[in-house]
Amino acid sequence: MTLDALDQQILRALTANAEQSTTRLAQKLGLSQPATWRRIKRLQEAGIIAGRRLVLDAEKVGFGVTVFVGGKRATKGRVSLEDFERAIGAIPEVQTVDHVLGLYDYRLRVVARDLADFERVLRRRIMTMPGVGDVEANVLLSEERRQGPL
Amino acid sequence: MLDDIDRRILRLLQEDPARGVPDLADTVGQTTAKVTRRLDRMREDGVILGSHAIINWAALGYAVSVSLRITLDKTVSRAFDDFLEAARQVAEVIEVQTFLGRVDVRLSLIANDLHDYQWIFLEQVLKLQHIADIDSLMTVATVKSDESLPL
Repeated sequence: MTLDALDQQILRALTANAEQSTTRLAQKLGLSQPATWRRIKRLQEAGIIAGRRLVLDAEKVGFGVTVFVGGKRATKGRVSLEDFERAIGAIPEVQTVDHVLGLYDYRLRVVARDLADFERVLRRRIMTMPGVGDVEANVLLSEERRQGPL
Repeated sequence: MLDDIDRRILRLLQEDPARGVPDLADTVGQTTAKVTRRLDRMREDGVILGSHAIINWAALGYAVSVSLRITLDKTVSRAFDDFLEAARQVAEVIEVQTFLGRVDVRLSLIANDLHDYQWIFLEQVLKLQHIADIDSLMTVATVKSDESLPL
């Protein structure tokens, strides 16, 4: 599906704020409400708008640290990488699991209440998985999401 | 401070941010007025920051996604500021994170294909100032992507 300038504006607006009504969005774009609605619907159906994410202040709800973990598998083959990654993904503190190619085999994004809590998750939940090898952990200081090539 | 009902509301909204107040009220067993008040309070307190549409870049033809892990030359005092400023100008960068650890900065980069990626990497990323070391992790598959907090 190719996007025209209006589709791109809709995507930009909704990635900035998904809570605005179709009516308000339509006014901003100078489109009719039904036309805007139809475009949004089309973007959803094409899988380009994959959903909506609620943004919370993690610290205010008690999650003071986010850590990015890169890891290698120690013994390959015993448990398939897919099973291993699925098992890691089942840990509630693990937000994302990516199977990657490069210095590491997988990449995780982990949230925890504080560093002591992170250590608990790492030592008791992640490091106890069969076949887990060396891990590198980097503590997140700041994060920004960019608009991307829209 | 949040109580159990606040946390339940947040859990439900994390699952489905489009969920309406009447439906939320039903599920947590409160009146809509009370749930509205709780939501207003959590917005005022900055607990709820808003919601964003999630774009599936692969559906837009960006088949390649790479995590660039960068160490900066810390002998230069403005290394972070200069680097981040310039990195923001690269259109294909969709996330920028800074860290305490072995890696200083991570850039999440997307590209149409490997050829496109190579061009962006050589012509744009490697030309960014103050890079001491860089390595890349190419995403093969995303097994889980759910930034919900385990409330």
